[in-house]
Amino acid sequence: MSERMTGAQAMVRALEELDAQVVFGIPGGAILPAYDPLFDSTKVRHILVRHEQGAGHAATGYAQATGRVGVCMATSGPGATNLVTPIADAYMDSVPLVAITGQVPSGAIGTDAFQEADICGITMPITKHNFLVQDPADIPRTLAEAFHIAATGRPGPVLVDIAKDALQAETTFEWPVEMQLPGYRPAAKPHGKQVREAARMISEAKRPVLYVGGGVLKANATEELRVLAELTNVPVVTTLMARGAFPDSHDQHLGMPGMHGTVSAVTALQRADLLITLGARFDDRVTGKLSSFAPDAKVIHADIDPAEISKNRVADVPIVGDVREVIADLIVAMQAEHEAGRKGDYAAWWKQCNGWKRTYPLGYDMHTDGTLAPQYVIERLGKLCGPDTIVVAGVGQHQMWASQFVSYEKPGTWINSGGLGTMGFAVPAAMGAKVGRPDTLVWAVDGDGCFQMTNQELTTCAIEGIPIKIAIINNGSLGMVRQWQTLFYEGRYSNTDLKAGRTQYLPDFVMLAEAMGCVGLRCENADDVDATIEKAMSINDAPVVIDFVVGKDAMVWPMVAAGTSNDDIKIARETAPDFDYEMGEVVDGEGSTA
Amino acid sequence: MSRHTLSVLVENKPGVLARVSALFSRRGFNIDSLAVGPTEHPDVSRMTIAVNVEDLPLEQVTKQLNKLINVLKVVELDPATSVQRELLLVKVKADQSVRSQVLEVVQLFRAKVVDVAADAVTIEATGNPDKLEAFIRVLEPFGIRELVQSGMVAVGRGARSITDRTLRSVERTA
Repeated sequence: MSERMTGAQAMVRALEELDAQVVFGIPGGAILPAYDPLFDSTKVRHILVRHEQGAGHAATGYAQATGRVGVCMATSGPGATNLVTPIADAYMDSVPLVAITGQVPSGAIGTDAFQEADICGITMPITKHNFLVQDPADIPRTLAEAFHIAATGRPGPVLVDIAKDALQAETTFEWPVEMQLPGYRPAAKPHGKQVREAARMISEAKRPVLYVGGGVLKANATEELRVLAELTNVPVVTTLMARGAFPDSHDQHLGMPGMHGTVSAVTALQRADLLITLGARFDDRVTGKLSSFAPDAKVIHADIDPAEISKNRVADVPIVGDVREVIADLIVAMQAEHEAGRKGDYAAWWKQCNGWKRTYPLGYDMHTDGTLAPQYVIERLGKLCGPDTIVVAGVGQHQMWASQFVSYEKPGTWINSGGLGTMGFAVPAAMGAKVGRPDTLVWAVDGDGCFQMTNQELTTCAIEGIPIKIAIINNGSLGMVRQWQTLFYEGRYSNTDLKAGRTQYLPDFVMLAEAMGCVGLRCENADDVDATIEKAMSINDAPVVIDFVVGKDAMVWPMVAAGTSNDDIKIARETAPDFDYEMGEVVDGEGSTA
Repeated sequence: MSRHTLSVLVENKPGVLARVSALFSRRGFNIDSLAVGPTEHPDVSRMTIAVNVEDLPLEQVTKQLNKLINVLKVVELDPATSVQRELLLVKVKADQSVRSQVLEVVQLFRAKVVDVAADAVTIEATGNPDKLEAFIRVLEPFGIRELVQSGMVAVGRGARSITDRTLRSVERTA
């Protein structure tokens, strides 16, 4: 097809052809020409957000919930720079995101024109790739390339910066377009010899662990993972980015590893003799002090990004490829191992792992001072909303509790900001997730600190009919920072008390919610938690915000302090697990689960 | 630390040099020298990058470079099997009393004089980094007034070309 139209019309047509059903954005001077044809599009829904950061995180939430490319749009200068945080966030968590920004007219580029910012230069280190488009004829092809790059290989954000005059000028729209990416060769086939070597190592191992990362979710490989896990009977740990990739209720699941992981997951990695690493990247929050991480383990590392392999921890068997294909090939190779009479014997290992799992389950205490325990709120929320609900978290204590005390059974039910740790992620990301999956219940678990960064998008939700639910875990302080001050700064609470000692509701989140067109509820004691959650669940024609007023002294446990070894995990303040005791006396010999 | 020479074929597009140099600084790798210029194919430029790193970080640099969308190919050139050259322009004090000695050094190093003034000469020299370093050392006693040096360029010895196959793939998509 070939038709004369403006660059702006070509942009909207290309978005339609690329099946971009939703764009989150805000117009402004340089992007204005694009908004005129967008007004007429029946295929692309534009959601007018209140802040560009909201547009970016919403696109991320949409992408995480649907597996599709999320699209956000902003004008030049401050519009574009407000997208920097969500773009960096998407880069760290490998989210397929396309950000379209207007740029000042070509002739003005480089002159410090009004609302000019070199957004390509600014986002160079936080995008998978970016483009500056100055010729209207390049717009459709560039968008096709952007979508392709964002969604394939290791997904990531791509920014397309379009000069205003390119949007205004006439061009000939042609579709389909031929992409020109000679230097982009994403996935390689997993190497057969490496896969067979990995299978041999799994058979020979005595203490193997499946170390599962977010790549397994990105590759839609959760069913394959389950088959592999059950076939091999190897214990599984799922990282923060992989919660939901393997059912929490599964007997072989040891929980989440890392700084706030379970004792069983952390310790299993430390004592393992083989890590079968699938789509994970040995992040410092998982490894603790790197030099002391899993000291006796050989490493199989499968990742679609060759640069991740041996970046932090040297791999003994590197496998580059789509993790879904890797796991499928591994299943075949393991079956061959078993047929040849080689099957790993992990009975002793399971005895140890089950001992840790049983002796050190996640837990918390109800508060004795009459305040509400935040963990209880989150645990009840998880129980009442069920396994199909999408839970979206902000960043901090509430995020860790939401990863610990909600049971994730299905892929795509947990969305959070893992790598960048972006406070303020939850509200806009929940909005995007709900837009992508309107028939699914979407709860944001947010902190009061996070909530005050991006809550303006609740107005967007109210206006656009996006009935998300928000549980504010309101402890009146920046809880995770406060926890570190308690543990490492002698309880000197410098600038973490968000209310500076005041006792009134400040802000009054119920009133704030109602001011933004939402229903506001409040809950201050344990007896009311269930009823309040149920009330929120009964309201489906408006967003609902619950202000859960909780005690501020609760801490996230277990914890591996930053920079220390995972061997120094603490289950409470100054309390280490007693491995000798547990090894000798508690384990009753319950063995393999398969 | 050891010195490595990378030949990087890139698409000839605006901003590619910035992407490559930004990648080096962001990942904490130091560039010793960098030279970039056209190749026999108008759509392809070639960078020669000299880095001082251990083997493992070098592997990481190479992988990260390969991830850049505009990078077509990365090859490490071994000094033993490649020709490596830098260009040096140096302005040396050389009045009547020492001019003949300076010219003798120029001859010894097979360099050449490209400009002469009453009390100085400008010399052009090419060679591998070791030779040029030695050359500068010998000239220093005369008084170096100005010195400018190019990044190293390098090409593998023998008939094989690292560009052949890459260029064919570029032509297909162009």
